[in-house]
Amino acid sequence: MQTPQGLPRTASSILQTVHLTRVVEGIPIVQDVNIAVEAGDVVAILGPSGSGKSSLLRLLNRLDEPTEGTVFLAGQDYREIPPRELRRRVGMLMQWPYLFPGTVADNIRFGPRQRGIELPDEVVDRLLEKVGLPGYGTRDVAQLSGGEAQRVSLARTLANNPEILLLDEPTSALDDETKGEVEHLIMSIIEEQGLTCLIVTHDLAQAARMARQGIVMEKGRVVRVGPIEEVLRAQPHLHRSA
Amino acid sequence: MLNRIFTDPLSLGFAQAAAVTVLALVALWVARWQRIHLEREVLIALVRAIVQVVAVGSVLLLIFQGPWWTGIVVLTVMMGLAALTAAKRAQGIPGSFAVSLYAIAVGSGTVILVMTWLGVIDSRLTSLIPVGSMLIANAMNTSALALERFRAEVEAHVGHIEAALALGADPTTAVAPYVRAAVHASLIPRIDSMRSLGIVWIPGVMTGMLLAGSNAIYAAIYQFVVIAMIFAVSAFTSLASVLLVRSRVFSPAEQLLLRP
Repeated sequence: MQTPQGLPRTASSILQTVHLTRVVEGIPIVQDVNIAVEAGDVVAILGPSGSGKSSLLRLLNRLDEPTEGTVFLAGQDYREIPPRELRRRVGMLMQWPYLFPGTVADNIRFGPRQRGIELPDEVVDRLLEKVGLPGYGTRDVAQLSGGEAQRVSLARTLANNPEILLLDEPTSALDDETKGEVEHLIMSIIEEQGLTCLIVTHDLAQAARMARQGIVMEKGRVVRVGPIEEVLRAQPHLHRSA
Repeated sequence: MLNRIFTDPLSLGFAQAAAVTVLALVALWVARWQRIHLEREVLIALVRAIVQVVAVGSVLLLIFQGPWWTGIVVLTVMMGLAALTAAKRAQGIPGSFAVSLYAIAVGSGTVILVMTWLGVIDSRLTSLIPVGSMLIANAMNTSALALERFRAEVEAHVGHIEAALALGADPTTAVAPYVRAAVHASLIPRIDSMRSLGIVWIPGVMTGMLLAGSNAIYAAIYQFVVIAMIFAVSAFTSLASVLLVRSRVFSPAEQLLLRP
């Protein structure tokens, strides 16, 4: 990962932000963020509460609109990509699963269905096996535990075959035991599929386990980028706030 | 008894108002005896009510003597005022006045036009204005209810809506369950009044027609006609309100703008 100022965009930069800024009612939430993420990188976004981590993530799949700057996805300005196509390519797993009422299989089929694709049962079963929930397709989502629901949410995101995966504190709503299981599952899927991944987390140990690169944010700005070990070493106050 | 003493309708009306006011004052006196103090509030309300309703009656007297197009002017002004009231109750929704105005105009306008053309509503001003205003008032309540419920549903399900958007859904799909909930909730009072018609209550139009000496069966059927018209107005208005507001809560880049 590099800060892109003064650097030419490399062919392997799958995601690059240029002066990415979001101001809401005069308050800067994200300020002049310039980062470049190489394909296959796993990047942890760190920083204290209110530093703009989740807001940055929401700008990357355009759930929120930048007030200045933009994002390049595989070299293309993302404002030129239709929002639905962009969000399919840049998948997001939120802190809460937000499953839709119905069965597990209905949820998994949701994304492809938006493009007129009906996933066959074998694909749904394969995705469920991948997230450790074989045979769960016909279950009602109301009967799932927190950890199971988050696994279904992950399978639902993966069903869209995203190029980039955004994870917004994906295990913070889970208990410690389930947290470890879901984290392990996410890591194995990222490695297996070679997914590019940006993860917002408060948990520095988790960041160290999952990410190769780190970004530290403070007051909406990126204050440090680099390999995760260096970032964690150079920001001792992060340890105290975690 | 009073109608034997007063033969002139105006004097009879005032005498009847005085009689019922005395009865209300007796109720106040009983309440006061039980140390429930409502006097000031109720006296002001009673005076306001008689002044307002007589003022409206006087205005109607003038309007009823006007040319046929007076009806269109009066009903259009009423729709504007109804939209203002509905919009006030749906604060926080972008463009709520425009949405309410279009929805009320579509809902009540369509039913009034078709029903007047068919002769269900008499085109004379003495019939068109009271029935039209009743339909507009119902459209106003339905629009306010639908918009308020839609806002509450969206605000309570921001996470689900954004999860749908993040999976590549279009805004229409992302809010579809909340559109259905808002339309359904806004029509519940109308469905309930149809369900309980004649059993729990004998509503105003029928009461009026019976008092005026109409055939009871015809009065009952016409009351059904009125209730069904109110339902049709409400359904059109509710659908129009929610479908119009749906597009306004998303940006052109399909981002949800309405947040708690």
